[in-house]
Amino acid sequence: MAEPVIPDFGEASDCVTENRLFCPDWVRENWDPVLQPALVQHIYLTAIAVGVGFVISVGAALLAHRLSHVERPFAFLAAVIYTIPSLALFQLLVPVTGLTVTTVEIALVSYTVLILFRNTLAGLRSVSPDVLEAARGMGFTRNQTLWRVELPLALPAIVAGLRVAVVSTIALATVAAFVVSKGLGGPILGALRLDFRTEIIVAGALAVGLAIIADVLLVLVERVVTPWAATRRTA
Amino acid sequence: MIVAALDVFANSLDFIVDQRHLLLEKTWDHIVLSAAALAVSVAVGVPIGVLLGHLHRGSFVAVNVANIGRAVPTLVVIAVGFVFLGIGFTNVMVALVILAVPPILTNAYVAVDQVDADAVEAARGMGMTPWQVTRRVELPLALPLLFAGIRTAAVFVVATATIAAIAGGGGLGDILVNQASYRVEGVVAAALCVSLLALAADAALGLLQRALTPRGLKHQVPAFEPDVRPVVSTG
Repeated sequence: MAEPVIPDFGEASDCVTENRLFCPDWVRENWDPVLQPALVQHIYLTAIAVGVGFVISVGAALLAHRLSHVERPFAFLAAVIYTIPSLALFQLLVPVTGLTVTTVEIALVSYTVLILFRNTLAGLRSVSPDVLEAARGMGFTRNQTLWRVELPLALPAIVAGLRVAVVSTIALATVAAFVVSKGLGGPILGALRLDFRTEIIVAGALAVGLAIIADVLLVLVERVVTPWAATRRTA
Repeated sequence: MIVAALDVFANSLDFIVDQRHLLLEKTWDHIVLSAAALAVSVAVGVPIGVLLGHLHRGSFVAVNVANIGRAVPTLVVIAVGFVFLGIGFTNVMVALVILAVPPILTNAYVAVDQVDADAVEAARGMGMTPWQVTRRVELPLALPLLFAGIRTAAVFVVATATIAAIAGGGGLGDILVNQASYRVEGVVAAALCVSLLALAADAALGLLQRALTPRGLKHQVPAFEPDVRPVVSTG
């Protein structure tokens, strides 16, 4: 007679079985299979959403800058979508695009668009008329003025919008776990259902840490792309 | 795909009609929970923000509270609250208040801080006490921005209360996160209700803002204006 086969799942440490607040051994064992992939997926989800949102909203803002009647309907639509709760928007899209990353990205992109659109437009409009006059006096065409005067001067406002968009997308992407098991929301939600404290705390801390690091990086980007602001800062 | 999606939406309308008692009950719970959380957050955030703005002090705290608030995902607040407070009303209330206070406090601070210094000076010159200056000059002039913060927070709270369902919050989230019991139709129906509730909360606060604005300042308070100001600087 063969021995009954009992699969070996390894042994949970005392810390894990007692569900203490933080078990370093669990984190060490699960970093590679669980936490790291979730973190990487989270970065992907955010990067795609902000990237696509950025292209759409800068395009729309440039259009609205030229044709002022584009602004109100676009801003209104974006604002209405922004008001819809994330979990509800995810679920409303499920019948159309299914339980896929596409569903998540459509929702995340929609949320970034309002922030980026209004900031880009505000930045373009904040350029002083004197500066525009000077550009015209130097013989700049409309396109030259846009690329060499208006957009550079709008950069601080655009980057400020990017910071808000990135940070809030990182936060919102955790909710995506209700639709697809991708990103840091997956471990958080799973651990919440099992009431496993270590995973909740570690995955939560990763999400917050990621947001803070991304914000700091964008501040550095802002300093690099607007060197003229540094002289004003020290003055 | 489109046909299937339309089918789901048609079925969810049936669900709304058939299950109107259930939906009304959950919507009512949702409103009570959200209103309670918002009331606590206003009671905490507005006095602190107005006081700091009146004294023109603590801008660092006021602005960074909002940034940190944005970086912390809802799901993380709920999950960590669940670790320390367990399941139930208290956990959910604490989580919702943590999320709602930052936009309220920061907007209240900025609103009062940026009130025209000449107007404040004139009020002082008329012999008003600091309390009278705040009550009769700063607050009325700060009202639009202050309310923008409360409206943002209200939408946050209505949205987040759905996620709170996994920590025993009740409300429409009970349906939204439980596709196993209510199927796609039920989830989509609940998502529609939550979206409408968020838009309604924003509109209702818009009406309240209108009612509180002194007649002289009532040139334009639109009924639907979900905070479309650009994010100028995030500190």
